[in-house]
Amino acid sequence: MSFLEFSNITKTYPGVKALSDVSFGVEKGAVHGLMGENGAGKSTLIKILSGDQHADAGEISIDGKIQVYASTRDAFDNGVIVIHQELQLVPELSVAENLSLGRFPASAGVIARRRMLDDVGAKLKSAGIDIDMRRKVKTLSIGERQMVEIAKAVMLDARVIALDEPTSSLSSRESEILFKLIDRLRGEGKVILYVSHRLDEVFRLCDSLTVLRDGKLAAHHQSLKDVTRDQVVAEMVGREISDIWGFRPRKAGEVRLKVDNLSGARLRTPASFEARAGEIVGFFGLIGAGRSELMRLVFGADPRSGGTITVDGKAVAAASPHDAIRAGVVLCSEDRKHDGIIQGRSIEENINISSRRHHTRFGMLSRTSEIATAETFIKKLKVRTPSRKQDIVNLSGGNQQKVILGRWLSEQNICVLIVDEPTRGIDVGAKSEIYELLYRLAEEGMAIVVVSSELPEVMGICDRILVMCGGRINAELARDQFAEKAILAAALPDKKTPDAIAS
Amino acid sequence: MTGRLKKVLLGEQGLVVIFIVAFALVSLLVPNFLTDRNMLGLLQSVVTVGIVACTMMFCLAARDFDLSVGSIVAFAGMVAVMASNATGSILLGLIAAIVCGAVVGWVNGVVIAKFRINALITTLATMQIVRGFALISSGGRAVGINSPDFYQLALSKLLGIPTPIWVLAVLFAIFGFVLNSTVFGKNTLAIGGNPEASRLAGVNVDRTRIWIFTLQGVVCGIAGILLASRITSGQPNAAVGLELSVISACVLGGVSLAGGRATMSGVIVGVLIMGIAENAMNLLNIPAFYQYIVRGVILLLAVLLDNLRSSALGRR
Repeated sequence: MSFLEFSNITKTYPGVKALSDVSFGVEKGAVHGLMGENGAGKSTLIKILSGDQHADAGEISIDGKIQVYASTRDAFDNGVIVIHQELQLVPELSVAENLSLGRFPASAGVIARRRMLDDVGAKLKSAGIDIDMRRKVKTLSIGERQMVEIAKAVMLDARVIALDEPTSSLSSRESEILFKLIDRLRGEGKVILYVSHRLDEVFRLCDSLTVLRDGKLAAHHQSLKDVTRDQVVAEMVGREISDIWGFRPRKAGEVRLKVDNLSGARLRTPASFEARAGEIVGFFGLIGAGRSELMRLVFGADPRSGGTITVDGKAVAAASPHDAIRAGVVLCSEDRKHDGIIQGRSIEENINISSRRHHTRFGMLSRTSEIATAETFIKKLKVRTPSRKQDIVNLSGGNQQKVILGRWLSEQNICVLIVDEPTRGIDVGAKSEIYELLYRLAEEGMAIVVVSSELPEVMGICDRILVMCGGRINAELARDQFAEKAILAAALPDKKTPDAIAS
Repeated sequence: MTGRLKKVLLGEQGLVVIFIVAFALVSLLVPNFLTDRNMLGLLQSVVTVGIVACTMMFCLAARDFDLSVGSIVAFAGMVAVMASNATGSILLGLIAAIVCGAVVGWVNGVVIAKFRINALITTLATMQIVRGFALISSGGRAVGINSPDFYQLALSKLLGIPTPIWVLAVLFAIFGFVLNSTVFGKNTLAIGGNPEASRLAGVNVDRTRIWIFTLQGVVCGIAGILLASRITSGQPNAAVGLELSVISACVLGGVSLAGGRATMSGVIVGVLIMGIAENAMNLLNIPAFYQYIVRGVILLLAVLLDNLRSSALGRR
C-alpha cells in the first residue's frame, strides 16, 4: 500500500459522472503528475482530496489511515494542503503575517513581531525561498505570491501537497524557482501531486504519472523512464471519435463576422479571424489560452483597446453586449451558472430577458407574446421541463443551455452565435441535441463560433479550427487538415509567453 | 507636474497631504479658525464621531457594517444618567452604561457571526430596537442629571484640554495599537481581506467578529456617557444619524467597505476632515441646510479618490 492511496473514488454530479472507480497510489518522497484533458476529472479528484467535495464511493488513505474530511479545514489539519490557481492570501497583510496567520507568536494578544520575523525567516531560508517577508502581499507579483502560498505548506509541515496548474501564471524564471522548491520538498519526503497540462513540466518534475480520461483512470505509470510524450498524449485524448457528433457538411457563404486586430486589457496580442454564413468555426486551446477573453471582446462584454469588428460588412461599435446583440452577435458564456442563467427565475423569464423589447405594445409588456415565445422555444429546443414556470436552477445542465440558446434565438435577427464551452457539464444525450441545433442554425445561415477545451468536440463538429495559445492564435486548420497531434502541438506552450495574457 | 501630483495624491499618504493642504487653506481663508478656542471647540465637536469611528474601523475592515451605533450611544447615555440618578453613584451609572453597550454589541455579533444574518439587516433591526428601549425607558422625555459631578466628565480639564478630548486621544492610541500590533487586529484585517484564507489558516472568524461588535458596543457606551455629560441630560433622541457620519469619516479615512483595509491615521484624518468642514462652514455662517450638501459632496469625492487609488494600485 502506498503512502497516499486513492481507492475506487467515484463521484457523480447531476447528469455527469465526474469520476468513476479511480484508484492509484503515490509513494512518499515522490512527485506524482496528474494529467488529463479539461473535464477529465482532475479538479474533482483534487477537490475530494482537499475536503471541498465528498466522494460518492471510495476512500482516500494516508499512511494507512483512512481520511474522512468534513471540510477543507479538516484536510488542512491532517496535513493535506492544496494550492489552488486562485491563491488564498490576504493582500493587505505582509508576507510574514500571511505565513503566521492563525498562529501568531504573541504574548497577551500582542504580536511578538521579532519572533514572528525570526520564525518565518528561518523557515523561508531553509526552504530556499527568497522573498522580503516584510512586504505586503498586494505588492508581490503573481509568481512571488505563488511562492508565499507554497511557503505556507512548508510552514505547516504538510504531508501531502497538491498543486493545481501552478505554473499557469508564472514566468519561466519563476517556474524554475518553483521546480527547485518542489525538488527540495521531494527530498524531505513529502508527497506532491502535480496537476498540469504541460508535458514538458511533467516529464521534468514527476517520478510517476496518472492520466485521467472521462473520469476514468486511463493510465498509471510507476516510472516515466520508458514513457514517451506521444504515448501520454494518446492516453489523454484516447477515445475514438464516435458518431455522437453527427457532422453534416455545409457550404460556407458570405463572411458574416470579421474580427480585425482585436485587443483588450486581458488579451494584449491583437487577434483576427472571420466566420462565414453556414460555417462552424472552432476555437481550441488550454484554459487561459485567451479564447474566452477574445469572445468577450467580440461580444462587447469587456472593453476593447483596439481593432474592429464587422458584421455583414457593417462595423460594430460593440462597446457593450447591448450593442453587440443589436448587431446580431450573441454569446453563450462558458460559466453558465454565473454569466448565463438567472437563478431563481422561471424558464419563461430566462428566455425573454433579452428580447423583451420585442414584446411590448405601447410600452406595456404583452404577456401573451412572452408566453408564446417561451412556449415556442421550449418546444423547438426540446427543453425537458414540466412547465415554463419552472425555476431554471431545477433543470439539468443541458436543458439550461437550451434555455440560454432559446434566449438568443428569440432575438430573431441573430447572425453570429458564439458558444463558449457549450457542452461543459452536459451529458452525452443532450450534447448531441445541442450539436444538432448548431448544425441546423448554421444551415439557416448563421455563422457559429464554438470555443471548446475538448479536442474531440471541436474536431467532431467544426468546419475549421483556430488554435490559441498564450493569448495568440497559433494555427488554423481546415477540416481536411484536422489531426490531433498538430492541434495539440499548437495548443501546448513550449515557450511560455506570460505577458500575452495579463493576470 | 500633473504626473507627480497624481502620484502624491494617489499614494499611501495622499489623504494626509490633502488634509494638510485643506487645513492650511482653511486657516488662511477662514477668520477665527486657527485660534485655541476654536481648535478645542472643533476637537470637542468630533469626540462622539471620533470615538465610535475607532471600532467602526474594525467593523468595516472585517467586511461588516454597524448601523446601530447611534441608537446605542443614545441608549447608553440614558442608562448612565438614569442609573446614576437611581443609585446615587456615578461610577455604577457609568458601568451600567458600558455593560448595556457591550450587551447590545454582543447580540449584534452573535446574530451576525453565528446565525449568519447580514450585518446590514441585523444592525438595522437593533438600531430600531435599541432606540425603542431609549424612548421607553424615559417615556420619550429627556432625563436631567441629578449629580453635578456628572457634568464634570465633560467640563473638567487636564492641562487646559477638556477630558473628552483626552479620552478620544487615548482611544485613538489604543485602537491604533490594537489594529497594528495585536493578533486581534491582524485577524480583523485578514478576515476582511480574505475570509476563506483566514478560516483555512485557523483564525476563529466567528469569535473575532463577535468581539469586534462587542467592542463596538463598549465604545458606543463611552461615547454615550460623554455625550450625556456634555448635553447635561439623557436624551432618547440623541445621536440620530450618527452611524452615517461615522461610516463617512471611516470611508474618508481610506477604510475599504470591501474589507481588509484600514489605518488608524487614516480614520483620524477622516474624522478631522469632517470636523473641519463643519467648523469652517459654521464660522462662515453657511446655513445648516447647505452643510448637508457639502458633506455629501466631500464623501463622494473621497470615495472617487479611493477608487482612483485602488485602480492605480491594480495597474502596478
